[in-house]
Amino acid sequence: VRREDCCQHLDSRQDLFELTHSAGQSPFGAEFRRFSLERSKPGKFEEFYGLLQHVHKIPNVDVLVGYADIHGDLLPINNDDNYHKAVSTANPLLRIFIQKKEEADYSAFGTDTLIKKKNVLTNVLRPDNHRKKPHIVISLPQDFRPVSSIIDVDILPETHRRVRLYKYGTEKPLGFYIRDGASVRVTPHGLEKVPGIFISRLVPGGLAQSTGLLAVNDEVLEVNGIEVSGKSLDQVTDMMIANSRNLIITVRPANQRNNVVRNSRTSGSSGQSTDTSLPSCAPPPEPSLEPGEDDSDDDEDIVIEDSGEPRQIPRAAPSAESLQSLTQVELSFESGQNGFIPANEVSLPPVASGAGTEFETRAPDQKLLEEDGTVITL
Amino acid sequence: MQEFPRGWGRRRAFPTDHPAGTGAWRGRYSGPLGQGADPQREKLKQELFAFHKTVEHGFPNQPSALAFDPELRIMAIGTRSGAVKIYGAPGVEFTGLHRDAATVTQMHFLPGQGRVLTLLDDDSLHLWEIVHHDGCAHLEEAIHFQAPSRPGFDGASGLPSLAHITVVLLVAAGDMAALGTEGGSIFFLDVPTLTLLEGQTLGPDEVLRSVPDDYRCGKALGPVESLQGHLRDPTKILIGYSRGLLVIWNQAARCAERIFLGNQQLESVCWERSGHTVVSSHSDGSYAIWAADTGDSPTAQPTVATTPYGPFPCKAINKVLWRSCASGEHFVIFSGGMPRASYGDRHCVSVLQAETLVTLDFTSRVIDFFTVHSTRPEDEFDEPQALAVLLEEELVVLDLQTPGWPAVPAPYLAPLHSSAITCSAHVANVPAKLWARIVSAGEQQSPQPASGASSWPITGGRNLAQEPSQRGLLLTGHEDGTVRFWDASGVALRPLYKLCTAGLFQTDCEHADSLAQAAEDDWPPFRKVGCFDPYSDDPRLGVQKVALCKYTAQMVVAGTAGQVLVLELSDTPAEQTVGVASLDLLQDREGFTWKGHERLSPRLGPLPWPAGFQPRALVQCLPPAAVTAVTLHAEWGLVAFGTSHGFGLFDYLRRSPVLARCTLHPSDSLAMEGPLSRVKSLKKSLRQSFRRIRKSRASGKKRTVAGSKLQEANAQLAEQAGPQDVEVTPVQRRIEPRSADDSLSGVVRCLYFADTFLRDAAHHGPTMWAGTNSGSVFAYALEVPAAVAGGEKRPERAVEAVLGKEVQLMHRAPVVAIAVLDGRGRPLPEPYEASRDLAQAPDMQGGHAVLIASEEQFKVFTLPKVSAKTKFKLTAHEGCRVRKVALATFASVACEDYTETCLACLTNLGDVHVFSVPGLRPQVHYACIRKEDISGIASCVFTRHGQGFYLISPSEFERFSLSARNITEPLCSLDVRWPRGATHISHRSRESPKLSQANGTPGIILAPQSCDGSPDPICKEADTPEPPEAMLSPMSIDSATSADTTLDTTGDMTVEDVKDFLGSSEESEKNLRNLSEEEARACAILIK
Repeated sequence: VRREDCCQHLDSRQDLFELTHSAGQSPFGAEFRRFSLERSKPGKFEEFYGLLQHVHKIPNVDVLVGYADIHGDLLPINNDDNYHKAVSTANPLLRIFIQKKEEADYSAFGTDTLIKKKNVLTNVLRPDNHRKKPHIVISLPQDFRPVSSIIDVDILPETHRRVRLYKYGTEKPLGFYIRDGASVRVTPHGLEKVPGIFISRLVPGGLAQSTGLLAVNDEVLEVNGIEVSGKSLDQVTDMMIANSRNLIITVRPANQRNNVVRNSRTSGSSGQSTDTSLPSCAPPPEPSLEPGEDDSDDDEDIVIEDSGEPRQIPRAAPSAESLQSLTQVELSFESGQNGFIPANEVSLPPVASGAGTEFETRAPDQKLLEEDGTVITL
Repeated sequence: MQEFPRGWGRRRAFPTDHPAGTGAWRGRYSGPLGQGADPQREKLKQELFAFHKTVEHGFPNQPSALAFDPELRIMAIGTRSGAVKIYGAPGVEFTGLHRDAATVTQMHFLPGQGRVLTLLDDDSLHLWEIVHHDGCAHLEEAIHFQAPSRPGFDGASGLPSLAHITVVLLVAAGDMAALGTEGGSIFFLDVPTLTLLEGQTLGPDEVLRSVPDDYRCGKALGPVESLQGHLRDPTKILIGYSRGLLVIWNQAARCAERIFLGNQQLESVCWERSGHTVVSSHSDGSYAIWAADTGDSPTAQPTVATTPYGPFPCKAINKVLWRSCASGEHFVIFSGGMPRASYGDRHCVSVLQAETLVTLDFTSRVIDFFTVHSTRPEDEFDEPQALAVLLEEELVVLDLQTPGWPAVPAPYLAPLHSSAITCSAHVANVPAKLWARIVSAGEQQSPQPASGASSWPITGGRNLAQEPSQRGLLLTGHEDGTVRFWDASGVALRPLYKLCTAGLFQTDCEHADSLAQAAEDDWPPFRKVGCFDPYSDDPRLGVQKVALCKYTAQMVVAGTAGQVLVLELSDTPAEQTVGVASLDLLQDREGFTWKGHERLSPRLGPLPWPAGFQPRALVQCLPPAAVTAVTLHAEWGLVAFGTSHGFGLFDYLRRSPVLARCTLHPSDSLAMEGPLSRVKSLKKSLRQSFRRIRKSRASGKKRTVAGSKLQEANAQLAEQAGPQDVEVTPVQRRIEPRSADDSLSGVVRCLYFADTFLRDAAHHGPTMWAGTNSGSVFAYALEVPAAVAGGEKRPERAVEAVLGKEVQLMHRAPVVAIAVLDGRGRPLPEPYEASRDLAQAPDMQGGHAVLIASEEQFKVFTLPKVSAKTKFKLTAHEGCRVRKVALATFASVACEDYTETCLACLTNLGDVHVFSVPGLRPQVHYACIRKEDISGIASCVFTRHGQGFYLISPSEFERFSLSARNITEPLCSLDVRWPRGATHISHRSRESPKLSQANGTPGIILAPQSCDGSPDPICKEADTPEPPEAMLSPMSIDSATSADTTLDTTGDMTVEDVKDFLGSSEESEKNLRNLSEEEARACAILIK
């Protein structure tokens, strides 16, 4: 087993010094640590995170961890996968950047970050520099702007469509009407008419119309995983309104010509018969978001204490909460990476070889850090 | 005025045909939420929860027929919706419902048999029997008979049609019925089988043969108007035809014994007991007396003919009764006959005895009346004891043996709606002391007749239900400003006390006028009877909310014009001035102008108050909008109230306002429109639709014309391609999230006091909570100065309120209830409950939590740091919205000590859901009220022990129970005798025992087997070593503590057990002996 030394990269330190001097600003805290890791057995991210906190003697400070990948991009480390990826890219040194979470500058992550090294460091080290140009923040779940989409294509029969209408901040109304109607179904007794709920009208300029995911005469089958069959129009209306912040509707589109034809399922139905649903066709499985679990973040009530400061009501159950947030973090990072890495591979020159592991703790809050005794004033 | 739609359908469902709820619905929540899997929990749920509609309180809606069985002393009322209700002694009640909702036009008891024959307006006859199973009597339909619609029953004879039965008479002790028809024929029917007796039919031609030619003169006799039997000679029938002809017909000899040639259109006939006299009443307001034993036949002239309210034209006398007395001064009692021009609109019954005439003046239409008198053939005189008059809206009984004929207060059938009910509240476990004080205040209000204290004449049957273990008080607030107190402990809802708040205010209409008016006329001698009075002096007097502290006997009554009245029970009359304060809830908010009604102007100066609840303080909200929420904390001397504009807190000990907070949203202009009358709501809806149109126009401007046209064309195409049978104008629903600017968002929906942790986890103290229509919750920390030693003295310092928390529910649904749960997850007790050792003291060690129920979700938040703990999103899952919630304690059937506190919830679909607290896990789910019955859903009130009430008509409360243990239902028996050879003809499917199996504590009742060979199936099942007449059966009892007699029906049971239960073995032996005697003589059904 080869123990690999991670060493501090001298060049970058010099850069750092230069930057500081040229800016001529008041000194701020930055700190460097160097330590070694076993490349073949990197362990878990949580252990690594603990190690970082230990090395920097900041046991209770939440930090964001990033590393410089071979393209020179500053990428986050926040789960086992990207941690392992980061360790595997060490060549042999790995530069790691640490920021306090509450002061973190998320825009530092992503493409073109470490290539323009000065900018990055400026950004990382001097947060006020970039305040003027707000970046679209990526990489953290709360920063994603969910958009309306067709979901669960893989688990639904192809005659059905599950649509998630996401009303995010916009003042656009959801903008559709539903009505009672009759739909024809194939049953063991032949064709039968059963009552159903249909979309009757789209409000021009509304969310439903602008996304193009719903159309007039689509039959509504489910609302947020609950089947509407047997429910009255008013009940379905109330269900939709109660779920309006995160509305997931499963419909059988009136127009079946745009269906995705998948080879695996082509035997099920022709895709052209509009108003039939084969009884053999298994009912659509419960959506991945189980009711009651998906709604943690869309539904937080606001409490105003007597001080007058509004705050979101936190969730009380700590264990469930942390688990949930972890999974969400994971998901979001995956998508973030997927979105960014391939696009940049071509254009970006590889980062200078021999990059070391670098730990930076940005700590404008001196007092706190002085108390911790970890501050080096430069 | 609260509008009740006319023609309320019957929403009754009987325990027998209702249990679909239990099995079918239970466990619907299982699966995703993981509740259903645990069999232990399922078993426990069965022991805790069961749904039954148990009894209907109040007065039957739209009564249409009345009958009385003088032998069993029971009374039957039929309604226009086809319901049959039988009443005996208080607590003895039976209800049945015809399959078709047709009007019951006539009812006739088979005397002593517990059977009643009903005629509906669709010409069908139904025979109902009171049958005993499980020892308790139930009313069941045995058979029915539909008159053939074809003319000519056997085709060849060409007999007149049996269509349009006008009158029914039971002859030969109920074995046979004579049916008079519109065509003038009389058919005979075998009652036990309801088959026509052919060949006995009496056509008008046969009668006309005995009539002189000059009377005949080619005219028909008209419909049969009346059929009367002779008390002693069952072969004779008195027939009255519409044209005026009266015939005494001997059915055995098939000949007319006597003929009276009346020429005035006939309304009714009465045959005097001895048979010597016949009285007929006529459409011109006259009645005639005919001598039946002397003179010639045919008789052309009556002995006497009078028009009592003549000489000017009078309305018809619809019914006349003649009752003889030993004193020789007979009674003539008749309805109608009033002078057409001056009093044609009055609803009157006149009682005439010798020179005494009283015109009973009722406020609603007279349906029918009967007298309670001797019917034993051996008695010489009728000797009427009482007169019972069924009116459209109430039942009035007069004592005819007491001079002055005073009204007898009814122990049941109270007209709940004497003024329209505007709100209701239930108080459980009323302390005995307060109960006695309320009862005595009520007695002072309406002094009981001294002699006839127990003179209620309808005394049939036996109430088997045990004395209720606890007293429940139902308070109803009415449109005229009264609050009525009802004894809701048992099956019979008994009026206790009436609180009138109108006297505190100056109203437009003064009572003095009506008194003066009554004095000026002394003919006819009107006497106002009954209490139904639907006319309100001033709609602002209407009571909106009521709260009562049962320990201090203080209550708060809040009304339509923003008046909040704090009252206290006093045992003596007093004259005092009421302190008036007003509180501006707008708090100088600008831009709002109240367009509704003025506030009420209180009477100033000392006012006399009778014993009972006397006002202590009056607070008037400004603007004077209707009070929407109210709560009282007698321990702190505080009352909180809310309107559509905000809420206020008032210290009624110091008579000083503590807090006023405006909850109006700046865009909420509708709140200023005043009360939501029909006109206003129309205005509102118009306004909203205009607003909608404007909105859609505004949004329409943005789009391009071409785009919209294309879209419309597409939509049309799509429509055509869709299914053909889609309605042309389908009902559409717009899907939009709730926005903050919904109208009336500031309405305060609930208010709540609690001693809990609001500011920090170390110190608890008084708090007040308010929830609004837009999902806001305000929590105030209160500084209540400790009560000064010596009690009565007012505290020196003022109460202070500081806003502690403000919660905005993200989904913005109206907050319907708030409750604080203690460290063990139980709701905090009521004020004084813990300090008087009536409830377990709350756990102040563990962390408290607050349960906030909105119309869409239930949520539990921790305290003092408000963070969401558990929640249940009802609307998101079920699509239904919460209408009423209450925390209720459910006791287990299996184990007396085991109780659970649950959240009972009624939804807009009329379903009742029960959730665990604080876990908010769905437990059970029953369909209770039709979802179309909006008034029923709005009127629902839950009790603290898992029962509930809702209005099924303006005058009737349906009582239901969710608890498997705490059930209040009629349990009664009736000593019925069936003639030899009579058989059970009931085709009932044996579904009803379910009723008693599922619930309650079993008791024992002995019942004999009827000797006609139709043993009750239960007898076979009961594993008793005795002859089959000893039967035991479960009996449900309304009590949580009556388990001392618990016996399992399925277990082994011996006669000894039965005797032990009966208390004295002699008694049981006697009963058994009686049984065998009965058996030998005739069939008996039940002895106890």
